[in-house]
Amino acid sequence: MTPIWIATLATSLICFILKVVGYSLPESILNKPVVQRINSLIPIALLSALVAVQTLGSEKSVEIDHRLAGVVVAGIALSFKASFPVMMLLAAVTSAFIYNL
Amino acid sequence: MLRDSLAVAIPVGTYGAAFGAASVAAGFSILQTCLLSLLLFSGASQFAVVGVMGAGGSALSAIATGSLLGFRNGLYGLKMAPILKLRGLKKIIGAQLTIDESTGVAIGQEPRGVEASRYGFWATGIGVYVFWNLFTLLGAKGAQAIGDPSAWGLDAAVPAAFLGLVWPRLIDTKTRFVAIAAALLAIALTPIAPAGVPIIATVTIAVIIGWRRS
Repeated sequence: MTPIWIATLATSLICFILKVVGYSLPESILNKPVVQRINSLIPIALLSALVAVQTLGSEKSVEIDHRLAGVVVAGIALSFKASFPVMMLLAAVTSAFIYNL
Repeated sequence: MLRDSLAVAIPVGTYGAAFGAASVAAGFSILQTCLLSLLLFSGASQFAVVGVMGAGGSALSAIATGSLLGFRNGLYGLKMAPILKLRGLKKIIGAQLTIDESTGVAIGQEPRGVEASRYGFWATGIGVYVFWNLFTLLGAKGAQAIGDPSAWGLDAAVPAAFLGLVWPRLIDTKTRFVAIAAALLAIALTPIAPAGVPIIATVTIAVIIGWRRS
């Protein structure tokens, strides 16, 4: 089995188990404020890290290139409350334009 | 009410096309791409898996990042269980449909009563599932046809997608601080740690900041 197959199937299985476990535990766990606080911050940390690494990372180095322009435009579009597909399209068009210059 | 659910399902579904394209660009086959949407069915986790693998990360890093992002669905389940009161097969299906959007609409409908909340959950969950999977396939097919992903801006569309996912969560100084600190830590670790590790490492920031009371 290739690493991509392992990642595909194992993540699917773990995430499905996490979903089912949620329906099988007592709701009182949610009453712990520390659980709620950490749970709301984990996606923020991971997603922000993914933005940074996918924008600037290139194998094991940090590179500024066409991707950054696309992501900056995405940020501007989001601050003007653009919808998700519009924002992504603007990012892709900007990045592709600079890449193809 | 059904309109509310479709208003969520259709745009989210079309974003599935971006996932399909990004996944194929990252080296996943069309079958693997569609399986991620059918089985994993959680946008942020799916993008994370293909993002980490595409960047040359190990399967373990991809699994850890995708699973950590899937954790919140479990907490949504805790919230939805007393509203939906599911048993047997319905519990399995309901659990699989428990994501940001279905939970969000269900909670939004809570003031109108438990029936409206249930209806919102199922209509949104099923709607997103159908559109998400349909558009994943279209996006994957499309990406296979176009060749070099950079020439079409796909390599910027993926981080833009993550930015769009994190954006609505940045509601105060604390959340913005976590976002910036995580981005800086991940970039600082990129030259020295194996691919994928810089991303998972930022969980420590969430735990440290979340542990404190304010």
